Amino acid sequence: MEYVPTPSQTVGPYLRIGLTEKRSVKCLAGPEAKGERVWLKCRVLDGDGAPVNDAMVEIWQADSEGKYNHPDDRQAKTPDSACLGFGRMGTGEDGSCEFETVKPGRVPGPGNRLQAPHLNVGVYARGILLQLYTRIYFDGEPANEEDPILISVPAERRETLLAHRDADRAGGWRFDIHLCGEQETVFFDV
Amino acid sequence: MGQVTNEGSIVTPYRRYPPGSQPSRVYEPYRSTVRRNPAKPLIFLPHTLSEVTGPVYGHDAMSETDNDLTRQHAGEPQGERIIVTGRVLDDNGRPVPNTLIEIWQANAAGRYLHQRDQHPAPLDPNFSGAGRTLTDGNGNYRFVTIKPGPYPWFNHYNAWRPAHIHFSVFGRAFLTRLITQMYFPGDPLFAYDPIYQSVPDEKARQRMISKFDLETTQPQWALGFRFDIVLRGPEATPFEA
Ligand SMILES: [Fe+3]
Repeated sequence: MEYVPTPSQTVGPYLRIGLTEKRSVKCLAGPEAKGERVWLKCRVLDGDGAPVNDAMVEIWQADSEGKYNHPDDRQAKTPDSACLGFGRMGTGEDGSCEFETVKPGRVPGPGNRLQAPHLNVGVYARGILLQLYTRIYFDGEPANEEDPILISVPAERRETLLAHRDADRAGGWRFDIHLCGEQETVFFDV
Repeated sequence: MGQVTNEGSIVTPYRRYPPGSQPSRVYEPYRSTVRRNPAKPLIFLPHTLSEVTGPVYGHDAMSETDNDLTRQHAGEPQGERIIVTGRVLDDNGRPVPNTLIEIWQANAAGRYLHQRDQHPAPLDPNFSGAGRTLTDGNGNYRFVTIKPGPYPWFNHYNAWRPAHIHFSVFGRAFLTRLITQMYFPGDPLFAYDPIYQSVPDEKARQRMISKFDLETTQPQWALGFRFDIVLRGPEATPFEA
C-alpha cells in the first residue's frame, strides 16, 4: 500500500465551530511562565488591504529558554511547564486577533547557528486551501542579523517578518499578515 | 537524507508533499483564492526544531459525548445517523497515536450553526455539528454523527458544496498539521465543486472520499464510513540513522 498525504482543504466558509470559539487559545504562556511578557496583535489582510474577518491564526513557539515543549526537542533543558507554546485565535471584523505569551528564547538552527527568537505561524481561512506558514521575528532584536532563516530571505522582504512594538502598550507588539499585494508577507515552503 | 545536525541538536526532516497531491494555492475557479494567497514564490524553509516539534494539545477533559454528535442535546438530531471511523497514519505507514482530531459540519439540511450562514434551511436544536476525539495507540478514531446535507454558496451561479465533514488533525509536528474535508462516495456535485477540484491529481482527490463500510455499519442503527488520513512523516526514524 502506498501512503500519500491526504490533501488539505479550506476551513471556510463556516469555520469557528469547535475550533475558534470554545477551543481558541489566547494565552500561550501562563502567568507563571518565565520570560519577557508579550501581548501580540496580529492582523490578517487580503490583496486589497481589506481585513480578513474569517481567518484562524495558529502560533507555535519555544519557551523563554529556547526549549520546545515536545519530545523531539532533545536539548538538555527542562521545558517551562507554564509555557504551553501553542495558541490559536479566529480573527474579528477588523481582521485581527490577540495573543498573550512570552518572548521565546533562541533555538538551534541549520548551519550550526542559533536562530533568533521567533514565533511559528500558520494561517487558515476561506480561500486558503493549504495553510500558509510564516514566522514572526521581533524588530530591534540583535540576533536577527545572524538568523539563518531570516538571512535566506531576500533583504528587501525581511521587514515583512518583523513584529513592531506597539507604542500604545507596554509589552505590546503588532504584526500584519498581508496574504498578497504590494506588501505581501514572506510565506515559507515547509 | 536522514538527520540533520542543528547546533548540536538532531533534527529529522519531514518528507515534502509529492507534486499534485495538494491543492493549488491560487485556483481561479474558487474565486476567493485569488486575493488571499501569495503571488510571490514561497521561500524554502529547511526543517529546524521549530518545524518538527508541535503542540501537544487538546488532551484535557475529553467528555463522553465529544465524539458523538448525536448525543450532545436532549433530543436526537434529524437525519441519517452515521458512524465515521478510520486511522491516522504517516506517509511511512506508521500510526499516529494519541493525536487530536476535531470535526465540524452542517446539519442534515445543509445548515451550519454559524452566524454567517444564511442558507434558508432549518437549524436543528439537537445538533451543533462539532466534535473532537483523540486517536488511540494504533491511530484509530471514531465519531457518531449525522450525514451533512449539501449547501449553497456564492462562488458562482448555482454553486453547491458536496456533502462534507471538516476534519482538523494535529499530528506530531507543527508541519504535520492538516485541515481537510471528508466527502461521501458517489456525490454528483464533485464535478462542479472548485474546492474539491482544486487538487490537481485525480488519485489525490479520491483520498478525500470516505468509503462505505459494511463492517462498521450497525444493523437497525447506522451506516458506517471509513476515512483514513495520511499525514506527512519523517524521512527517517531515529532508529534507522
Ligand atoms: Fe463546509
